[in-house]
Amino acid sequence: MSLLEVSDLHVHFDTDDGVVQAVDQVSFGIASGETLGIVGESGCGKSVANMTILGLTRGPRTTIAGRVMFEGADLLQMGGEELRQVRGNEIAMIFQDPLSSLHPFFSIGDQITESIRTHRDVSRANARARAIELLGMVGVPEPRRRVDDYPHEFSGGMRQRAMIAMALANDPKLLIADEPTTALDVTTQAQILSLLQDLQDRLGMAVILITHDLGVVAENADRVLVMYAGRIVEDGAIDQIFYDPGHPYTWGLLGSLPSLDLHPHDRLPQIAGLPPSLLAPPQGCHFRERCPHAFDRCLQVPPLEARLPDSPAHRDRCWLSAEQKRELRVADGRIGLRERKSPAS
Amino acid sequence: MSSSAPLLEVTDLVKHFPIKAGVLFDREVGRVAAVDGVSFTVAKGETLGIVGESGSGKSTLCRTVLRLIEPTSGSVRFEGRQLVGLGQRQMRPLRRDMQMIFQDPFSSLNPRKRVEQIVGAPLKLHGIASGAGLKREVQELLDRVGLSPEHYSRYPHEFSGGQRQRIGIARALATRPKLILADEPVSALDVSIQAQIINLLSDLQRELGLAYVFVAHDIGVVRHVSDRIAVMHDGKIVEQGPADRVCSSPADDYTKKLLSAVPVPDPRHRR
Amino acid sequence: MRRYIARRVLWGVALLFICSAVIFVIFYAFPSADPATLRAGRAATPEQIERIRHSLGLDEPIYTQFWLYMKNLVLHFDLGFSYQSNVPVTTLILDRLPATAFLVVGAAILWLAVGIPVGIVSAVRPRSLLDRTTMVTTLALISAPVFWLGLVALYLFADDVGQLLPIFPGIGSYIEANTFLAKAESLILPWIVLAAASAAIYARYMRSSLIDTMSEDYIRTARAKGLSERRVVMRHGVRSAVTPIVTLLGLDIGTLLAGNAILTETVFNIPGVGRLVATSIERADLPVIQGVVLFGAFFIITFNLIVDIAYAYLDPRVRYE
Repeated sequence: MSLLEVSDLHVHFDTDDGVVQAVDQVSFGIASGETLGIVGESGCGKSVANMTILGLTRGPRTTIAGRVMFEGADLLQMGGEELRQVRGNEIAMIFQDPLSSLHPFFSIGDQITESIRTHRDVSRANARARAIELLGMVGVPEPRRRVDDYPHEFSGGMRQRAMIAMALANDPKLLIADEPTTALDVTTQAQILSLLQDLQDRLGMAVILITHDLGVVAENADRVLVMYAGRIVEDGAIDQIFYDPGHPYTWGLLGSLPSLDLHPHDRLPQIAGLPPSLLAPPQGCHFRERCPHAFDRCLQVPPLEARLPDSPAHRDRCWLSAEQKRELRVADGRIGLRERKSPAS
Repeated sequence: MSSSAPLLEVTDLVKHFPIKAGVLFDREVGRVAAVDGVSFTVAKGETLGIVGESGSGKSTLCRTVLRLIEPTSGSVRFEGRQLVGLGQRQMRPLRRDMQMIFQDPFSSLNPRKRVEQIVGAPLKLHGIASGAGLKREVQELLDRVGLSPEHYSRYPHEFSGGQRQRIGIARALATRPKLILADEPVSALDVSIQAQIINLLSDLQRELGLAYVFVAHDIGVVRHVSDRIAVMHDGKIVEQGPADRVCSSPADDYTKKLLSAVPVPDPRHRR
Repeated sequence: MRRYIARRVLWGVALLFICSAVIFVIFYAFPSADPATLRAGRAATPEQIERIRHSLGLDEPIYTQFWLYMKNLVLHFDLGFSYQSNVPVTTLILDRLPATAFLVVGAAILWLAVGIPVGIVSAVRPRSLLDRTTMVTTLALISAPVFWLGLVALYLFADDVGQLLPIFPGIGSYIEANTFLAKAESLILPWIVLAAASAAIYARYMRSSLIDTMSEDYIRTARAKGLSERRVVMRHGVRSAVTPIVTLLGLDIGTLLAGNAILTETVFNIPGVGRLVATSIERADLPVIQGVVLFGAFFIITFNLIVDIAYAYLDPRVRYE
C-alpha cells in the first residue's frame, strides 16, 4: 500500500525569460518503510518535484498540476494551514547544506524545540528534554551540553545530524532528504547514511533520498527514479537500474563514473553536450539531442512504460526495443554511452 | 619513473597559520599546521593525485607550492631550481611553466572580463603574443579545450559550469606550462560533465606532455587519472605510491578508512 | 563575549584620545584665525591682545599647550570658555543637549515605528500596489530637503500660521513651553519632519534586507518545519534582516546628537546642539566649535560601540572575533 502517491505532477515557473518547465509528467509512489532514490543532475527537477510535495514551491508565478495523495488526501489541493500541519510533522524534509539551512542566530536546541512545539502541545521543558533525547539518538556526543550551541559551533557532519534530529522530532512517516550528504566528506557521508538507515529501520520511516551520486543510491535505495530535464526517464528496483538499465541517459550516468574497479586511464564514456534549457526543451524526448541512438520516433514524447513483460515495475521512457537496448548499452565492455560525433558545446 | 631529475620536487614543506587572540592587540597564541611536512615528486608528463578530505590541507598545499601563499619552511624545486626565497621578479618567468586550475568555475573567473581577456591575460603578461597574434592564439586555445570561436567575446555568466571550467583550463594552457596543479577541478560539476572534463585533461596531457598534480576528495576520480597517489590527512601525507597499489592494497589505516567509505555504484556491495 | 566587549571599549577609549589630539591640532596648532584676536573682540588694542594671548597660554610651546589641553579635558572636563559669552563651553553644550536628545529620541521612535513595519510589509509583498506606492513615497521623502519639509509642515499645520490644519505648535514653541508635556507637544512637527526622511530610508533598507533574507536556505527550512508564515517572516526573517538596521541606527543617533539635526533645529528654533554649532560657526567662536566637535566624536564613538555590542547579542557568530 502506497504511503505517498504522486500522479502526473507538472510544475512550471513563469520567469522574466519565459516559462521554465521544471517538472513534467512525474509520477511515482513510495511505500511505508521503503527507500526511494531519486538521481539526476542539476536542473533535472528532482528538488523542485519534492519541494512541491510539501507545497514549498507555491507562489504567484508558479503553476502546479497533478495529484499528490498522502493518507487519503491530495496535498496539492490543501490550503496553507492544513499543509502546515503535515510539514515537519508527518512528512519532514532535510536539505543539502546544513550550515545555511539552519538559522545562525538560534541555538540548535531552540530550533528543534520550535519544531516540536509547533505540532505538539508540550511545555518548553519537555520539548527541551525531547530535543536532548533526539540529539543523542542521532549520535551527537554530550547532547545535554551541545543543545545550547549554535549551528556554527558544530562541525559539518554534526550539523547534518542535528538537522536530522530536528526532522525526526515529530516521528514523521516520510523523510525527504535532498542531497543530505553532498556537502560532506566521504567518511562523514558514510556515517550519516548509515545513521539514516539505522533510524529508518528503528522507526519504520519511508525515505526519499535525492542525490546525484549513483554510489549512494546503490548502497541505500530499494528503488530508483532517474530524472532528466524535468522528467522521469527510468524507474525501477535497484538491481534493475544497475544491471538492466533501459534508458540511454542511465547508461551514460553509469558509464561516466570513474569507479574503483574500472581500469584507470581509459577514456570515460561520456555524454556529449549539455542538458537542455528548460525554457525551450527539445520536442519529444528531452534527451534526444545528446543521445547517439536517437531516431525519428524520438520526436514524439516516449511514455514512461514497462518494456519487459516480466518486470512491470521497471519503466523507462525510450522508444528503443528491449533487444536494441541490450545490444546498444554496452560500450567497451561495460555499460555506458557510445560517443556522439559532435563537438562538446 | 624516468632517469632524469623530477620536474617538481617538494621537500618537508610546512605552512603554519597563526591563531591570534588578545584584548587590544592580536598576539599569536597558537598555530594551525595546515601543511605539516609534506614531501613528494612529480616527473615530467606524470599525474600525481593528491586525495584528502576537507581540512586535510590539500588546497593549502597547492597554493603553497606555487607560492600563492608563502611557505613557512621547506623546499620546492622546479626543474632543479629552488623556488622558496625567490623574489617576485625572479618568480615571474617560472610562473609560465607552472599553472593552476581552480575548483569553483563560478567564482574563479572574473565576471567583468570577457573570455578573450581572461585567456589572453597571461599571454600579454608574459609577452608571448599581442595584437592579431594574440587573438589567434586565444582562439586556438579555445578550440583546443572544446569551445567555439564565437565564445571569444562572451562573459563568464553566459556559460555553464563545465564550459567555465574549460575556460579556466584554456587560461592555464596559454603559457604552455609544463606542470598544471588542478585543485578539485571537477568537484563542482555534474557527473556527466565531470567525465567530459576528465577526458579533456587526459587528451591534453597526451598531446602536450603535461604533468599534473590532481587534487581531489573523490578517490575514484583521482585513481582514474593518476599514475601515483598521495593520501593527505591533517596536513601530512600518510601514504604514497602507484595508484593501483594504493587503491587495491592500502597500507595506512586512514587510507583504508577512506576507501571503505566510498559508496560503490554496485548494489552487490551493499552492507 | 566579554573579551569582545572589553576590546571594543578599549579601542573606543583609544579612539577618543586620538580624536582629541586631532582636534587639538586643528584648532590649536593650525587655527584659521588668531584665537587671541578673536577673543579680544573688535576694538582691542595690541596690548590687550597680547595679554589675552598670554592668559590663554598661546605663547607656550605646543606640547605644553597640548598637555594643558588634555589635562583640562580629562581631569576637569573643562573645554574652555566661549569667546562670545564667556560661559564655559561645557555648560553651553550641556544646556542644549536635552533639547536635541528629546528631539532625536522622539524622532527615532517615530521613524522606527513607521519605517520598519512598512519595510516588512513591502518586502513580503514585493511588486504589489502597496510596495510600489511605498517605494515612490519614500523616494519623495528622501529627496525632499529637511528644511523645505519643515517649512511646508509649518505652513500647513502650525497653529499660528498653518493654512490647512492649524493644530500643532509652531516656531519657537519649544522655548516657550514649560512642562514636559508642553515641550513634547511643541516637538510633534519637528519629530515628523526629522523622522520623515529617516523613516523612508529605514523602510527601504528593511525592505531590501528582508527580501534578501527571505531567499536564504534557513527560511526554506522554517517553512518545511510547518511554521506559520507569520512566524517564518517575523522570527526567522526579520530577526536576521534587522541587524544591518541596528548599525545604521547607531550611526544615525550618534551623528544626530553630535549636531546633525541642525536644519530641523534651525527651522523650528529649537535651542539644541545643532543650533549651537550653527551660531558658533557664524561667530567664529572657536572654543565652542571645538567643544561641539569633541562631544560629537564622543557620541559617535559611543554609539558605534553600543551598536557593535548589540550586534554581538543579535548575531552569535560575531562574538568570537
